[in-house]
Amino acid sequence: MSTPPSPAPARPPKRNAAAFADGLRAASVSVFMIVLVGSYISIGALAHDLGFPVLWVVLSTILIWAAPAQVILITSLAAGAAPLEAGIAVSLSGMRLLPMVVALLPVLRSARTRVGALILPAHFTSVSMWIEALRLTPALPRENRIAFVNGLATGLVCSATGSTIVGYYLAGVLPNGLVAAMLFLTPMSFLTSALRGAQLWSDKAAYLIGIVMAPLLAYEQVGLDLLWTGLIGGSAAYGAHRLREAWRLRAL
Amino acid sequence: MIFVGDWWPYLILILAGFLPNEVWRMLGIVASRGIDEGSELIIWVRAVATAILTGVVSKIVVFAPGALGTVPLAVRLAAAAAGMAAFFLMRRSVFAGVVTGMLAVLAGMWVGGE
Repeated sequence: MSTPPSPAPARPPKRNAAAFADGLRAASVSVFMIVLVGSYISIGALAHDLGFPVLWVVLSTILIWAAPAQVILITSLAAGAAPLEAGIAVSLSGMRLLPMVVALLPVLRSARTRVGALILPAHFTSVSMWIEALRLTPALPRENRIAFVNGLATGLVCSATGSTIVGYYLAGVLPNGLVAAMLFLTPMSFLTSALRGAQLWSDKAAYLIGIVMAPLLAYEQVGLDLLWTGLIGGSAAYGAHRLREAWRLRAL
Repeated sequence: MIFVGDWWPYLILILAGFLPNEVWRMLGIVASRGIDEGSELIIWVRAVATAILTGVVSKIVVFAPGALGTVPLAVRLAAAAAGMAAFFLMRRSVFAGVVTGMLAVLAGMWVGGE
């Protein structure tokens, strides 16, 4: 009925450094490498055009590590929004990170994992890392999973940081149309990879409900549109999944 | 071009950018304690995360912040549809979907005479 816990593979665990290196290697061949390079070049260029210092936008990539939140922060501050207003908008876009961390950490930790060891994987949680980690770690020995995702995320963050700097200094050269097209990489990669990662019927239902519900609520100017989309839409998808499972069991 | 600049934008970065975003990740550590991988609760949490995620994406495509706002809504929607079509046609390739979506935005703007 529910997905069984991923079985511990028979392979013996590696040393942490080797698992970290495996993570770096997985990052280098990830499709998200291309997405992050394009997205962060456009974010660097955007920050340059709106007059932010290069160190500021680089720190925003490392500390915030969420492309939609960075675009919201940069554009709202540049448009003259109060910091409190910008912070609320950023926080609303970051809400998705809570359920993502809750879904990821039980896959990564073992009975002996200390809470301190989970801080880095939690900070590194972003859509790109989350989807790649959920796809790749179930095949690894449990003892290696945290070092692996730290390596994976380090590779992704480093390429995003480099791309931020490149975009900042290319800002004058890049045509506006290209910057806009590269900003489209983030939503397009989320749309495709979230669907590829959707295993259960409930994931697929939630996927469709989210797409339809959030813009409708935002258009109707319902406050906290993403919170309601998650809680109501996600719960409806889960409830429909349970009903469907019960019906299928009876049909057997 | 500015390298460092004044100190107060960095304070705003921490208070209005880093902390409001990071708080969800740290709350996630607390909330995940004692939850087993494969439990029914995780299935519900994944559904909530997925709905919020596609909700964020859908809002970015429809309401388009920043430079993406210069692209007409019809072009953004058509490009998203083209990207999804390429994803399915190329046997669920994220790469094909992403590249097609981006090229469709460029093509749409070129046709629109930008």
